[in-house]
Amino acid sequence: MPVVIVHYFAALREKKGRETERVEFDAELQVGALYEKLFPSTDGQVVPVAFAVNKTYVSADYVLSDNDEVAFIPPLGGG
Amino acid sequence: MFVLTHDRIDSTDLRAAVSDHGFGALVVFEGVTRNHFEGRPVERLEYEAYADMAQAEMQRIRDETLQNWPSIKLAVAHRLGVVGLGETSLIIAVGAPHRVEGYEASRFVLEAIKSRLPVWKKEHYSDGESWKANT
Repeated sequence: MPVVIVHYFAALREKKGRETERVEFDAELQVGALYEKLFPSTDGQVVPVAFAVNKTYVSADYVLSDNDEVAFIPPLGGG
Repeated sequence: MFVLTHDRIDSTDLRAAVSDHGFGALVVFEGVTRNHFEGRPVERLEYEAYADMAQAEMQRIRDETLQNWPSIKLAVAHRLGVVGLGETSLIIAVGAPHRVEGYEASRFVLEAIKSRLPVWKKEHYSDGESWKANT
């Protein structure tokens, strides 16, 4: 089964209590749908995020491939 | 030159990296940690990065900057981990033939960093903490 490695940062990392997670999937999966799966809205407050795959920003409808490195990017605070 | 480090940062090495005998302007921007947020005293700040992607994104920001202002040199340092109040969290050094390119490129890089570089900031107060987003 295809697998992606998901990276969590900042508020999302605290919410999950971990920095990375290995996620298997069988059908075609978009990165936005993966986020909804991992952070269901019934879960309380869902932080707005952007998406990155293999260290590049992508849109929510990006279709994941085996071994992609996925990151959910909560609101940035650099500077 | 792009440095992402848990150590203190200062502009000496960055200035050296962007100096050139043909340049008439050196613009150094420093972002410094503030001691309050909406009236609440901040005790300390903490930065976290997606380091691999930050390197890649900074390279893209550098490429775009040099496309727009081909004659400049750019060096950037961002500090991570706990940063004390009043300390420098970001330095952008731009060397340029003239002041206009220097100021413009520096501002462009700063806004790109704030909107795109995968770095997060947590503020710690005496009675709590919060992740602080750029506006």
